[in-house]
Amino acid sequence: MIPVGFDYERPQTVDAAIALLAEHGDGATVLAGGHSLLPVMKLRLAAPEIVIDIGRLAELNYIRVDGDEVAIGAATRYRDLVISDVLAAECALLPAVARTVGDPQVRHRGTLGGAIAHADPAGDLPAAVLALDGTVVLRSPRGERKVPITEFYTGVFSSVKEPDELVVEIRVPRTGATGWAYEKFTRRSNDWAIVAVAVATMPDGATHLGLVNMGGTPLRASATEAALAEGKSIEEAAALAAEGTEPPTDSHGTPEYRNHLVTVLAKRALKTASA
Amino acid sequence: MKVDITVNGEPTSADVEPRTLLAHYLRDTVGLKATNIGCDTTSCGACTVLVDGESVKSCTVLAVQVDEQSVQTMEDLGIEHKVTAAFRQEHGLQCGFCTPGMVMAAVSLIEENPDLTEKDVREGLEGNICRCTGYHNIVRAVLVAAGKDPDAAQAAGADDKTVAPGFSAGEGAK
Repeated sequence: MIPVGFDYERPQTVDAAIALLAEHGDGATVLAGGHSLLPVMKLRLAAPEIVIDIGRLAELNYIRVDGDEVAIGAATRYRDLVISDVLAAECALLPAVARTVGDPQVRHRGTLGGAIAHADPAGDLPAAVLALDGTVVLRSPRGERKVPITEFYTGVFSSVKEPDELVVEIRVPRTGATGWAYEKFTRRSNDWAIVAVAVATMPDGATHLGLVNMGGTPLRASATEAALAEGKSIEEAAALAAEGTEPPTDSHGTPEYRNHLVTVLAKRALKTASA
Repeated sequence: MKVDITVNGEPTSADVEPRTLLAHYLRDTVGLKATNIGCDTTSCGACTVLVDGESVKSCTVLAVQVDEQSVQTMEDLGIEHKVTAAFRQEHGLQCGFCTPGMVMAAVSLIEENPDLTEKDVREGLEGNICRCTGYHNIVRAVLVAAGKDPDAAQAAGADDKTVAPGFSAGEGAK
């Protein structure tokens, strides 16, 4: 399978990439690791006129502590999240989740920014960053803006990111090395989640749950979080994990199946996170 | 557009369409046919090669993305390389179609973790499918290439009931 023909640019700076995006608008697509984009281009479900490759921009490849947060460049690969000493100490949920994405070859290419921008409700990292109350930093010729990830996603494969905006950074709070869990239910080790639950313990002690594949966007298990805040038991709180969700039907399961599965995974994840 | 890619230590250069996949560049432009194209969907791993020393699936990388970078294919290893030698010794192949991808994935895996356990090998090859299902000897071959005693490594792993990342451990698991 070969994509429809396109023009290719590999700008040497973020500013140059943003200028190209502004120039070409809707006809342009940003390529980072390419492991979501190239498969859909090969299937000809996407046919951009111009592909702007930011995958090798060193400017967008970093993991560093910045005040109360960890700042991660958008082109930082899964592999770099997995082996990061900074994240292992400061936000260990992220590398644990990144470790479950695809396989080693995929993790050598795929990027955090790509996963966040792609807005796949079955993606692992969006739900993890959502559980962490992270922030997406967008840059365009109009300047930079920070969007809380709770306000970022608008639907399946869609977000508030404008066509001329580039995801340049993801920011997550310093939640430390413990108090997290990721329960991912798959048919094969390198598969997409049928359902997954990410648990993060926030700096203020609150417990957050991010849900994968339980609706058109990554979701929080708000009813479970509220129950925990009221002092309910893990069992009582986890039983509410499907409240407010609209899980899809596909060959892997019905909404009823997913509604049950999410309560089971939430219970396991909460037990692991609190152990 | 013109690309300059070092392949197995030799400079190569060609004028390619941006949509040219790295797998096609290696097979059709450079003429190295060890790299197989299996599923063409990033699933099977038969097209695995190294880019700057790291395993990638060359059906999901554009040739233009690795311009001015270094690619290694199985042709470069030769019969005496520790991984190919171990695959031969342990009979780590049946039909052989997945072998170039398995071998290159193993080279990258051993480079990143020189102290592999059997579990590490099985998890590390999760992106490579053998349709002959000859995984047992492939895992042994990678352990041998990593300098491990495959019998001891497999005995040590026999009681390990933990599951791979991505799999649920289930109720009552530790």
